[in-house]
Amino acid sequence: MSDAAPSWHDWLMSDRPASRRQAALGRAYSGWRTFTRNRLAMAGLAIILALILVAVLAGVLAPYSPYEGNLTTSRLLPPSWAHPFGTDDQGRDILSRIIYGSRITLFIVILVAVLAAPIGLLVGTAAGYAGGYVDAALMRVTDIFLAFPRLILALAFVAALGPGIQNAVIAIAITSWPPYARIARAETLTIRQTDYIAAVRLVGASPLRIVLRHVMPLCVPSVIVRVTLDMAGIILTAAGLGFLGLGAQPPMPEWGALIANGRNYVLDQWWVAAAPGAAIFVVSLAFNLLGDGLRDALDPKAER
Amino acid sequence: MSVGIEVRNLRVVYDGFVAVDDTSFHVAPGESFGLVGESGSGKSTILRAICGLAPVTAGEIALVGRGDRPKPGSRGFRRLVQMVFQDPYGSLHPRQTVDRILAEPLAIHRMDDAERRIEQALDEVGLGTGFRFRYPHQLSGGQRQRIAIARALILEPQVLLLDEPTSALDASVQAEVLNLLDELRRRRGLTFLMVSHDLAVVTHLCERLLVMAGGRTVETLSSEDLAARRVESPYTRTLMEASTGFRRA
Repeated sequence: MSDAAPSWHDWLMSDRPASRRQAALGRAYSGWRTFTRNRLAMAGLAIILALILVAVLAGVLAPYSPYEGNLTTSRLLPPSWAHPFGTDDQGRDILSRIIYGSRITLFIVILVAVLAAPIGLLVGTAAGYAGGYVDAALMRVTDIFLAFPRLILALAFVAALGPGIQNAVIAIAITSWPPYARIARAETLTIRQTDYIAAVRLVGASPLRIVLRHVMPLCVPSVIVRVTLDMAGIILTAAGLGFLGLGAQPPMPEWGALIANGRNYVLDQWWVAAAPGAAIFVVSLAFNLLGDGLRDALDPKAER
Repeated sequence: MSVGIEVRNLRVVYDGFVAVDDTSFHVAPGESFGLVGESGSGKSTILRAICGLAPVTAGEIALVGRGDRPKPGSRGFRRLVQMVFQDPYGSLHPRQTVDRILAEPLAIHRMDDAERRIEQALDEVGLGTGFRFRYPHQLSGGQRQRIAIARALILEPQVLLLDEPTSALDASVQAEVLNLLDELRRRRGLTFLMVSHDLAVVTHLCERLLVMAGGRTVETLSSEDLAARRVESPYTRTLMEASTGFRRA
């Protein structure tokens, strides 16, 4: 492998992969190439990677403690070199609170995605593939969940389970799976008619095997795209619950709660609400851009 | 050892539409039998009914020959009877490599020695192991149909159902695939049940054939009869004339 070593690019783009791993990596690589061509999506990805980095390194990056402020000397200070985003009514540095708040945002987003996407995928593919009564029953349940306004249903769940960030996450997850079930079902209905599914049925594959190994992999990309596009909504719902006092409880630096806190001073001390608002806006936008890029890169119908 | 297939008074009804009505035929072990008719005559539906993809409303489907004769729909039946679909662009999973497509039947039937069987299957359909880890979109139409044939043969079936296996391919590739099928049949002693609207293809590959129209049997004849134009029904005659090609008025 010294002089004429074949480049990684050639190896990955090979027409004749020599192993399972090379074929899978080649496929991922060509998807990545499509993705990188979309500059806005790359910007979105960069912002989200930055968010993850900030969340991981919060302890190092934050200049002050997010929970303790000096009530006598640093209450409601405007942005300055010492406090780039100013301080809040408890004298806490807003930048530090936003940095620590990124952990909470990331926690919510990841947990909701991990809870809601598989439920939606499973319900949708099962309903679509089974058809008949199973389909009707599962889809009516989905319809019921879809018919409720999301924030109201989340409110009801939080009211029943008690306020707190975990319950807010569960509430958001419970209200966000129905669209994924709908998408997965719609895709499954077209996939189940195809000859490649008929071929595996012919071979004797069980319905479970067909759904898990043959149908689901084709539904995953559109669900991932939808989840990514919904991330902005999830962050906003979490912020909304926080704003209403039903999500994160003080003194947790959740971004929505920060805005709720700044509401009292929004006319005179605008910076208290402005900085967390901007943070929510930037991260939501980043997830939307990423979702758009993923839609192009993951399209199962696109033949590359 | 080899197995044939018998269909008695088959009737297939989809939502009140009679796709196949009162059709009977007998394919002897090792024989190659053709089903001919225009689009919508119910010939593909018969194949789908045999392998359980279409509902059998009435009638009977059974394997004939010596040895085990498992019932339709059973695991053993699936080992013995396999099918090649019409459109090779639609019959291969777009997200699976050739390797995975061929490994799936082996995994389902818990057959050992998967490595060797996959390599052998690719060899047999004239594709080297260089094709093993490709995705369907990296293959041509003819290569895809060869993969579909390999998938059907990997369980070592006795009966192969062919649903217009060449109609989605262009003429030169058609001949290649037909020759491959003919060769595989001779080598393995397979029983073929082939559907086609192309009389030339059927006469090339089949010993006897059944002409269908509107879900019913028109007549049964041998390919020699057809070649010598000894046909009885006027419908077969028009079909024959249509297949000689387009004539200027």
